[in-house]
Amino acid sequence: MADQTLPIAGTLDVTPRRHSRAMVLEWLHGWVVTVDHKRLGILYVVYSIFFLLVAGAEALAIRIQLAWPNNHFLSPELYNEMFTMHGTTMVFLVGMPILFGIGNYLVPLMIGARDMAFPRLNAFSFWMTAFGGLLIYYSFIGGFGLYGMGAAPDVGWWAYAPLTAKAFSPGHATDYWALALIVSGFGTLGAAINIIATTLSMRCRGMSLLRMPLFVWLMLVTSGLTLITITPLTAAQIMLTIDRYLGGHFFDTQAGGSAVVWMHFFWIFGHPEVYVLVLPAFGIASEIIPVFSRKAIFGYPAMVAASVGIAFVSLGVWAHHMFTVGMTSVGNAFFVLSTMLVGIPTGIKIFNWVATLWGGKIRFRVPMLFCIAFIFQFLIAGLTGIMLSVAPWDWQLHNSYFVIAHFHYVLVGAIIFNIFAAIYYWYPKVTGKMLSETLGRWHFWLFFIGFHVTFDTMHFVGFLGMPRSIYTYAPDRGWSHLNLVISIGGMIQGIAVLIFAWNLVRSYLRGKEAGNDPWDAWTLEWAVPSPPPVYNFAADPTVYSRRPLWDLKHPEDPDWKYEG
Amino acid sequence: MAGVPRVIFTRAPHPDTRSNNQRKSDAKQRPFMIREHDARAIRLSSLPALFFAVAFAGRAAWADGPQGTPSIFAPASTPASNILDLSWFVLAITGGIFVVVGGLLAWAIIRYRERKTDDDSEPAQIYGSTQVELAWTVIPILIVVVLFLTTARIIFAIQDAPRPPAALEVTVVGHQFWWEFRYPKLGIVTANELHVPVSSAQDPRPTYLHLLSADVDHSFWAPQLAGKTDLIPNHPNDTWIDPRHTGLYVGQCAQFCGVEHAMMLLRVYVDTPEQFAAWVKQQQQPGAQDASVAAGRHIFETQACTNCHRIAGTAAAGTFGPDLTHLESRATIAAGAAMNTPKNLHAWIQDPDHLKPGALMPAMQLNDEQIDQLVEYLTTLH
Amino acid sequence: MSAIPISPVAEPWRLPSRGRVAMLSLITGECAIFTIFVVAYIYYIGKSLTGPTPQQVLDVPILNTICLLSSSVTIWLAERQIERGKMRGFAAWWALTIALGAIFIAGTGMEWHKLIYVDGLTIRTNLFGTTFYSLVGLHATHVVVGLIGLSLILIFTLTGHVREEHSERIQVFALYWHFVDAVWVVVFTVVYIVGR
Ligand code: HEA
Ligand code: HEA
Ligand code: HEC
Ligand code: CUA
Ligand SMILES: [Cu+2]
Repeated sequence: MADQTLPIAGTLDVTPRRHSRAMVLEWLHGWVVTVDHKRLGILYVVYSIFFLLVAGAEALAIRIQLAWPNNHFLSPELYNEMFTMHGTTMVFLVGMPILFGIGNYLVPLMIGARDMAFPRLNAFSFWMTAFGGLLIYYSFIGGFGLYGMGAAPDVGWWAYAPLTAKAFSPGHATDYWALALIVSGFGTLGAAINIIATTLSMRCRGMSLLRMPLFVWLMLVTSGLTLITITPLTAAQIMLTIDRYLGGHFFDTQAGGSAVVWMHFFWIFGHPEVYVLVLPAFGIASEIIPVFSRKAIFGYPAMVAASVGIAFVSLGVWAHHMFTVGMTSVGNAFFVLSTMLVGIPTGIKIFNWVATLWGGKIRFRVPMLFCIAFIFQFLIAGLTGIMLSVAPWDWQLHNSYFVIAHFHYVLVGAIIFNIFAAIYYWYPKVTGKMLSETLGRWHFWLFFIGFHVTFDTMHFVGFLGMPRSIYTYAPDRGWSHLNLVISIGGMIQGIAVLIFAWNLVRSYLRGKEAGNDPWDAWTLEWAVPSPPPVYNFAADPTVYSRRPLWDLKHPEDPDWKYEG
Repeated sequence: MAGVPRVIFTRAPHPDTRSNNQRKSDAKQRPFMIREHDARAIRLSSLPALFFAVAFAGRAAWADGPQGTPSIFAPASTPASNILDLSWFVLAITGGIFVVVGGLLAWAIIRYRERKTDDDSEPAQIYGSTQVELAWTVIPILIVVVLFLTTARIIFAIQDAPRPPAALEVTVVGHQFWWEFRYPKLGIVTANELHVPVSSAQDPRPTYLHLLSADVDHSFWAPQLAGKTDLIPNHPNDTWIDPRHTGLYVGQCAQFCGVEHAMMLLRVYVDTPEQFAAWVKQQQQPGAQDASVAAGRHIFETQACTNCHRIAGTAAAGTFGPDLTHLESRATIAAGAAMNTPKNLHAWIQDPDHLKPGALMPAMQLNDEQIDQLVEYLTTLH
Repeated sequence: MSAIPISPVAEPWRLPSRGRVAMLSLITGECAIFTIFVVAYIYYIGKSLTGPTPQQVLDVPILNTICLLSSSVTIWLAERQIERGKMRGFAAWWALTIALGAIFIAGTGMEWHKLIYVDGLTIRTNLFGTTFYSLVGLHATHVVVGLIGLSLILIFTLTGHVREEHSERIQVFALYWHFVDAVWVVVFTVVYIVGR
């Protein structure tokens, strides 16, 4: 491996040059049949951003309805559909696909591979996921419910039995929900298998496991976790479908079935699921924070161990979502302990990020702003998680807006923030254009402010006894003003997201040229042109440390001298 | 500023001003005091407490009607106050972690930001440090141990509390979207408004709730009295309260149970022993027999109403809807969706969906005159 | 930029086969699915409100079990053959595997026929019916999928498309079949021993 800049084999053409119809069709056809991991990655991300807007719009509808007491903006049925679809979409059609999309794009590049291990399986997985999304949204038209017209699922994203039984949820909305999750679940399973096979079997020379970038590590751990968490959901959905279509009794409380068993099955999936979402986000932060602090990540082996530890412990904590269902006191105490234990490896991660900042030369570019806000917000979110894990306190807080606040602090404050960071950071690589820094700063500050106005306030209405999933409330409960504040914050976030969308489009058309390595970064993807050529690397690279480009840029002081 | 935390702690549960005479006497509430260990906890957790106090003081200033706010910071029963004590403790610890870690983060980004004067050399590369990393593994472990032990103690104290033989027993049945309360030993069946006697150290009269569901999952939550416990079909649960102050405590169903989950409100009236005895006596009477409303009664008994509702002393014995025997002893109808006034009763019978869209009572297609007569009859059901 | 410095240690570079990794991942996921169904089965043992009960209607499928488990041995023998390039031996053992799997499926079919038409146990009869048909059916589905795969490979072998160099892939596929057999041990224990 003598040559350094890894020569180019022609750049990837992503836009139609001429707009004749045949050209457009050909271009479209190219995207539909593609098996290139980069194109599939882009498809995943674009798909998810579209659904982010949709689910965000649903969130805004929720917020308008709740802005005043006794509001009539949405009917109760529609409200219930809105929050169910908002939650389901955000988790399954935004969070998971966008993270798997980013992983799809980056993992092969970061480990010096030319594609994923199974390119066709990769395409199949994406289209399964996409089909699942279409299926669930089709229910707005096809899932006629109680009222003889289109009706989306309205049972909450946790869909507790027996509310989902045919007797209580007639019509097909719930069927669409179950089928869509089964279908997209298979897609996700395929994606996870692919990422595992890619990271284990496609690494370039010298890329030992302990030299893989942390993002790759976290995608690997996430994928491993996905294998054993998505599948229980699939199993539970199959049972639900058997109940609904074949007259089975798994969750039929009239025939001796158990509602609590569904809860266990759902949360055996649902809890690790939230770590499936957050681990790639950790990976993103672990790439961006070092680059903009100009330091190597602090405690790499500990970071890897902590990630594996989080995944492992997270398998044994699910019943902290069920403290109020009447478990024994010993059962409750067990889940208190296991839940709190997650705080230890997670704490290690937070401390390591702070230690990476420590002694650095921090550059506050837009990706870094999002990442720093992430650390701050994730710290708070984790601590509110600890409060919820205190079972007696959870008897008060469960299903209140405090829980809503806790998880939006993680899902938005950690995951969405890091996804934004990732997009600002890798957009130049993907498109060859820089995103506008000015618009980016507007986006960041508005989103940051909107976020805190919304979700900080939610904690307090939770303390004041406001339960979740209610379409309205009476004025005498004392929640009115706080809810108005929350809704205003939601609108501010909405504006910020629109600025972001505009930035994506505008910069694509007239952004600054990025060059190969705009951030002066250290991982392999920055060694190839932006956008990368079809087969990524003209010649297979060889690496000798965790930061191959650092070695390249600092031959006098390469990393491999220090890494144990 | 000094008085601020008290705003949180001394808010008394006020009686509902719109309810009938019987409850007016509760108005002379004694605001209860901060208990000794609450006060200690506040001092202990001064920083986060201050933060929350400021937030709450702000809230109190805007609030449209604090008397109806079921704040978890205004406990009135042992389980709820045990939980609050524990909460303060946890808040203090997590607040401390927040201050330390947040402070380090803030310091790092201020101190180590890139300055204009910096040259473009890279800073020293540090790959890790075993001692430091060990320290920030061990300290959290210790914190977790402390948190866990404290929590476990409270779990056992509340969940496994011995049940005094004198306890009042109430069976709560959750329905889409209303509450049924049965007092098996007293032979009382009522709906949506639970009456329990006040309890005190000298005269402990806790109430034990046996929680069942007729259809889907619900959750019983009156935040000032206790944490919530779910009502799950085929999975009976138990919980208990021992309210120390008379008055009205509001709450609502806290587990999504369908269209009208939002309107499955809950009222707990804590009565003095005398009031409670009087209430029990009244509830044990059969439905009023008033000849002047025979027309209304006739309509009731000949319509489908009897399929779903029960009125003791009449042929009506349905169980799908609330027991109406003592409808007039309740301040609200349809699980708090509306106040119990003749006007609202009229509107309700005419079209339940209008007051509570999705409620499981059908509109009975009666004409105005029939409904007026029905309402006249219903309003005699004291 | 200058050349990447030569590493102080020359490292040999070997990576696991991606097919094997992927199949093992798939099996891990499948294990989770089966775990959920098995847990549901165990939890609902004896919770049916009406009959029939397992004691009344279930017979232990000894022959089936012997067939399925021995098919794991025959497929292993087939693997050995293809490794050595003995394609005829491979085809023979492979065909025998299919036959054993087919007997198993036929046996299940007969069992279900008896349960449905003689004992009147369907998936909607009671909890036992629901959990039994779901768990055994889930496993049977896997056997059927496996049989389809096995048959396709047999066809390709007979038409000369499978050769010695494919032995790695054959082994990867065989992993799946071993897994299906191993799951049967669990299902068998739970349904016919513990649950009866
Ligand atoms: C990505 C998402 C994500 C993440 C990462 C987390 C992380 C955590 N969550 Fe959260 N959670 C959700 C998403 C997430 N959660 C969602 C979506 C729900 C609701 C689902 C629904 O009902 O719809 C939920 C609900 C939820 C509940 C149930 C509430 C209820 O319904 O009653 C609980 C209870 O224990 C909980 C706890 C925790 C804990 C302890 C962590 C921990 O992992 C946090 C660990 C982090 C820290 C503790 C901070 C850093 C650590 C240190 C600085 C070290 C020192 C600290 C200590 C020693 C304590 N979460
Ligand atoms: C990744 C996950 C994620 C994300 C990002 C969000 C983002 C937001 N969420 Fe959501 N939320 C969940 C996951 C998420 N949520 C889940 C899992 C639930 C539980 C569901 C359940 O109970 O079943 C939930 C529930 C939930 C509730 C509780 C509903 C209830 O229980 O009654 C509320 C209430 O305020 C809420 C609000 C918001 C808001 C204001 C945002 C904001 O951050 C959103 C900001 C984004 C925008 C505002 C987009 C702006 C876009 C436009 C303005 C353009 C529109 C244009 C076109 C469509 C072309 N969410
Ligand atoms: C199909 C069943 C059904 C029939 C028939 C029915 N009801 Fe109801 N009724 C209900 C249900 C269910 C509720 C509780 C609704 C809720 O709170 O969500 C209810 C509530 C009420 C209430 C309020 C009770 C309370 O304490 O909150 C009144 C009053 C009432 N019904 C009167 C009537 C009258 C009068 C008729 C006949 C003209 C009638 N109902 C017929 C099911 C029925
Ligand atoms: Cu009952 Cu919600
Ligand atoms: Cu959880």
